Amino acid sequence: MISYGYHRYPGRLFVVEGTDGSGKSTQLTLLYQWLKSEGYSVFFSEWNSSPLVKDTTRRAKKRRLFTPTTFSLLHATDFADRTERDIIPPLKAGAIVLADRYIYTAFARDVARGCDRAWVREIYKFAVKPTAAFFFRAPLDVAVDRIASARPQLKFYEAGMDMDWSEDEEESFKIFQGKILDEYDHMVNEFGLTVIDGTQPIRAQQRQTREIVSRYLKEKLKEKAVLAK
Amino acid sequence: MKEMKFYGTALPSIEIEPYSGKLIVIEGTDGVGRSTHVALLRTWLESAGHAVLDTGMTRSILAGRGIKDARAGHTLGRLTMQLYYATDFADRLENQMLPALRAGFIVLTDRYIYSAIARAVVRGADPDWVRAIYGIALVPDAGFYLRVRSAEELAGRVLASGRGFDYWESGMDLGLENDYYDSFIAYQKLLLKEFDRMSGEYGFQVIDASRPVKRVAARLRKSISRIIDDESVATASTSREIVKTEMREKGRTAVGTTSMDSAKSEAPEKLKSA
Repeated sequence: MISYGYHRYPGRLFVVEGTDGSGKSTQLTLLYQWLKSEGYSVFFSEWNSSPLVKDTTRRAKKRRLFTPTTFSLLHATDFADRTERDIIPPLKAGAIVLADRYIYTAFARDVARGCDRAWVREIYKFAVKPTAAFFFRAPLDVAVDRIASARPQLKFYEAGMDMDWSEDEEESFKIFQGKILDEYDHMVNEFGLTVIDGTQPIRAQQRQTREIVSRYLKEKLKEKAVLAK
Repeated sequence: MKEMKFYGTALPSIEIEPYSGKLIVIEGTDGVGRSTHVALLRTWLESAGHAVLDTGMTRSILAGRGIKDARAGHTLGRLTMQLYYATDFADRLENQMLPALRAGFIVLTDRYIYSAIARAVVRGADPDWVRAIYGIALVPDAGFYLRVRSAEELAGRVLASGRGFDYWESGMDLGLENDYYDSFIAYQKLLLKEFDRMSGEYGFQVIDASRPVKRVAARLRKSISRIIDDESVATASTSREIVKTEMREKGRTAVGTTSMDSAKSEAPEKLKSA
């Protein structure tokens, strides 16, 4: 088993992270369009997308079967399938993989739900270390407002209703997101996340993101040039 | 009543409190007769008036079906498989085993974390990684390892049962050999080795399962009746048995601390490079 930090592939892996409503998915879509138009082969990988696990997750959410531990482990299972199927093969082939949410989402959510920090990190030890991980940081009230206006009804686990923090969904959601944001802030140094201020205009955020991504792409071209000689 | 003791990091949101039940593990490789003995023990215990819960792999409400579907498709990656099983285990631990133990049941489990660890390790997983995941597991009151002498004997038993060789039980996903029989033998040999290694680490009570079912069953009953009334037994047992128990306890206390490292370096070379 190859562990975090030791995978060596010719491809590049960029991930976006942030609380719900931080604008990260918008930014990733824009990044995708740009890379495509530049002629790169780009793969998209989303959180919770394994065909082997999807039905189980859906059923468990509907029937409220999760505890913090099984929530954590089933999401890790989903992520393992994505890693084995959608992330490692394209990276080996030299493609660019864009991931909407990565292991840091699990670290933030599971720890917010009371799982042990070290235990959760150990579970995900098999993950590929990203080339760069962007953390779109939006203050709590901004993110919560965006979600509240976009979605009429919060889902049970999304609002953290399983934790009995509050009877009120919106209140519970705020508490949950606050804990998640704290965890993200802790991870900035631990994992070297690149913080992008999510309160800036969308274009400004995208410009910053592209500038950083392009640094790694140039490097890659250089490698190719060396090989060609 | 006994304090709950876990192998590593305990489950969050679980109250660690004394429990009056007993957790009894029946372990062993495929075809060794585990489920037969669990069924026999259950009848025996219930007729003696003990409430019994029996459980086993892929029997969780949460993940059981998902695992079976994924296995049927033969598309389950190695890491994904280990974590799916861990999810299944955690669900059964939290929702079946712990509540039953608190309520004073005797929980008989057909396999426990040891099979999961053995399967993961022979598939090249980092032994520390799997052990850390299963740190959530409760240290059982007793672990019986039904041991047969050879993989060939297991093959004979699998055939005699009329089931034939299964893709996963034969370790076909490992690509060790070209056909089911050769692969079964090679895979089960690796598992047997891994179990032998864990035997000391986890303090298994090893039972020679090559003997007739009746004799194995008698041996299990004898040991289990001792565990069930361990207070009364402590005074009645012979000195030889006390020594044995102490040794077993020693084996078990080693588990949480030092033993994690012992199996680390010995993943089969063939698999490491795979």
